Amino acid sequence: MSDGSLSNGKAVSRAPAPLSLGTLRNHGGLIALVLILAFNALFTPNFLQVQTLFVNISQVATIAIVAIGMTLVIATAGIDLSVGAVMALAGALAPLIFLSDFGQAYPALGIAAAFVLPLLAASLCGLFNGIMISYLNVQPIIATLILFISGRGIAQVLTNGNLQTFSNPYFSYLGTGKILGLPFQGWLALVLALAVYWLVSRTIFGRYLLAVGGNERAARLAGAPVRMVKIGAYVLCAFLSGIAGLIVVAINSASDAARNGNLMELDAIAAAVVGGALLQGGRAPIFGAILGAVIIQLVKYTLLANGVEDEVALIAKAAIIVLAVYIQQARKE
Amino acid sequence: MHSLLSMKGIDKAFSSVPALRQAHLEVAPGEVHALIGQNGAGKSTMIKILTGVYRRDGGDVRFDDKPADISNPGQAQKSGIATIYQELNLVPLRSVTENVVMGYEPRRLGMLIDWRTAHRRTREILARFGIDIDVRAPLGSYSTAIRQLVAIARAVSLDAKLVIMDEPTSSLDDREVEVLFGVVRELKNSGVSVLYVSHFLDELFQICDRVTTMRDGQTVAVRSIAETSKLELIADMLGRNVEDIEAAGMTDLGGGEKQLGDVLLEADGIATGRRLFEFDLSVRRGEIVGLGGLLGSGRTEAGRALFGVDALTAGEIRLKGKRWAPTGPAGAIGDRIGMLTEDRKAEGIVPDMSVRENMTLALLPRLSRNGQIQTGRERQIVEEYIKALGIKTSNMDQPIRELSGGNQQKVLLARWLATEPELLILDEPTRGVDVGAKLEIQAIIRQYVDRGFGVVLISSEFEELVEGADRIVVLQDGHSVATLENPGITEDALVKAIAHHHTGEHA
Ligand SMILES: Nc1ncnc2c1ncn2[C@@H]1O[C@H](COP(=O)(O)OP(=O)(O)OP(=O)(O)O)[C@@H](O)[C@H]1O
Ligand SMILES: [Mg+2]
Repeated sequence: MSDGSLSNGKAVSRAPAPLSLGTLRNHGGLIALVLILAFNALFTPNFLQVQTLFVNISQVATIAIVAIGMTLVIATAGIDLSVGAVMALAGALAPLIFLSDFGQAYPALGIAAAFVLPLLAASLCGLFNGIMISYLNVQPIIATLILFISGRGIAQVLTNGNLQTFSNPYFSYLGTGKILGLPFQGWLALVLALAVYWLVSRTIFGRYLLAVGGNERAARLAGAPVRMVKIGAYVLCAFLSGIAGLIVVAINSASDAARNGNLMELDAIAAAVVGGALLQGGRAPIFGAILGAVIIQLVKYTLLANGVEDEVALIAKAAIIVLAVYIQQARKE
Repeated sequence: MHSLLSMKGIDKAFSSVPALRQAHLEVAPGEVHALIGQNGAGKSTMIKILTGVYRRDGGDVRFDDKPADISNPGQAQKSGIATIYQELNLVPLRSVTENVVMGYEPRRLGMLIDWRTAHRRTREILARFGIDIDVRAPLGSYSTAIRQLVAIARAVSLDAKLVIMDEPTSSLDDREVEVLFGVVRELKNSGVSVLYVSHFLDELFQICDRVTTMRDGQTVAVRSIAETSKLELIADMLGRNVEDIEAAGMTDLGGGEKQLGDVLLEADGIATGRRLFEFDLSVRRGEIVGLGGLLGSGRTEAGRALFGVDALTAGEIRLKGKRWAPTGPAGAIGDRIGMLTEDRKAEGIVPDMSVRENMTLALLPRLSRNGQIQTGRERQIVEEYIKALGIKTSNMDQPIRELSGGNQQKVLLARWLATEPELLILDEPTRGVDVGAKLEIQAIIRQYVDRGFGVVLISSEFEELVEGADRIVVLQDGHSVATLENPGITEDALVKAIAHHHTGEHA
């Protein structure tokens, strides 16, 4: 924002208020982050400790990875409610594979398959969502509701509704490993963010993605393969959710199909929106999603550490979404 | 003089780039006042400041003898200013009635919307414009021209003291323009003032009383229409003197000797599900073929069929002698066909993307290697076209929505020229561009076909068709009914061909 100092005459420059909607929209995330950090430093016991940092990084990584995928989907003006269910599904498959007879007989292959096959299954879920939306013209919220409900059901059927525990150091590295003293999944989230950022900003897919979200008709008339682009976004989102599902299982050395990824769709949407994604599409702020994930995680942590109940925490998250959407909707010069 | 509207010393800058500098504008009661200037001169910005879309940095606005501090468009309407913006703000999925009465729905029992009355009132309002359509159908199912007229009808129905029209005639054909002028005169007679923005200078002499000319954000002249000439207005706009302009002369689409090459595309009795029933066309290399016809005659639909947007239900297309089955825009682009669509906002720009990204959207497949966009080459191409078309933008990464209407149009034209299609379909290519730029664009189109490419030109301006096209195919109710050959076409002949009723008979 600038004033009218270039114009001659009595430029009655109305300086923007220090905390105008514009500033909030552009820097709201950072401001919120600073506020939360300050609050915690002052009031939350043991906040400024390395242990706290680790806990938060490992938690934030899963939210961030899913939020990156959600950002891609939201960029097409869509939404994906099935991310949590896809996490549960991928998470349930992995131990089944390396605990199977085949996995026991060939441990190396078993581990490899325990990464590849669940992610493949997750991608197929995304393909299903994408086809429903782009070929059958089902509203994204309805289309992804199908897997939201049935995906977790399938995961529970696969595991007979049991908690599957295991001890497999290779697989667990995903959740407990450290590089340079920081949790592995934190690095993974960072690498994925960089890769997707490159995808969005440098590739033809990314450009089409933003065009489709920004003006679908115009994009189609300029030759964008609209359906493929949408399917691609849902597949990527599901693939990333699958990774997050594996991480959760690795952290716990157990897969619990009933809880893995539960309510993740809410966290991921909140993180994406707080990070600057527009629900009407056309924007894909990947690092914004990471920032959003950090904020969401810190809010959860703050409430938890200060003894606020889970249900209240949910309301707080819903309030954050509403606030973020409100700030973005007020788009006016 | 006593004035209804008085804007003085208006300043406005967008991120420190000044768009208006001490601009002023006065409109008298019951006056039809024109506001003219080149693309990007600041006309729309001036209007948006008046209607509270933008906030001015400095200056005074008085309306109806009161200081007007209007901070949003709703307030403008309440104070008696009705506006038809350059880029229509209607809701295509809602019915015509909803769009017309939006915000002023007739109520029953205080809260229920009385749809019967609403439909009836809408029909009455539209009848004033000689439009008789199904007001329950979604607005989006009608052509741009109808949508434009609906927007005007809505504004006029609001009992305003001042009606602002930002390029209202840009998508209307001569007959619709006459209807609009009738309404403008009617408004004037009932004491309503009209502020009229247009690039068609000839129009001004028919309906306006005075003209304010803007250049580079400043008001450079206010003249009474009776005491000025078109040349003088152009001189004001460009900031040159009349003699220079007279000496430079006016060129147009029409070139010298034409060298026509092979047949590029042939359409034989094609039909689509969208009001196109039987359409024949052939385009040769080096040829501009115009499509003439009235509103709803199927010109845009014919273009869409050739570009593969609407599937064919009958007939066949041959491209360079081989049978060609269109599969959609992506396929057509791959086979080197391009189409500039008429509705800039709905089907052209991606508003949040930059000028650069908008311009290269159709070129992406050829700009990338292994899926990665070659940004160096991209910037170079965009740079070239910005220069070639004289696009006024602060830099190529500026969001396209911040450009003036005419400059957005040039970016879209560049989008298609950059793909170098062998056949380029242009639906209202000079819509909203200023007189100077229009001639430049027409010259660019002529140069383009001279390189051995073909152009299908759709224009509601008869002059552009008559002077620009080598041949004009006339459409009526989705049928091609006649072909006129240049040289020798006159506007009269075209009007006759369009109005004449051949039923089912082909030329
Ligand atoms: N929202 C915006 N942000 C930045 N610049 C803007 C914005 N709106 C307008 N401008 C700039 O202000 C200048 C004046 O634009 P304006 O739309 O008023 O032109 P205009 O006279 O209506 O032109 P046209 O005949 O092409 O419609 C242009 O240089 C344009 O790029
Ligand atoms: Mg304008």
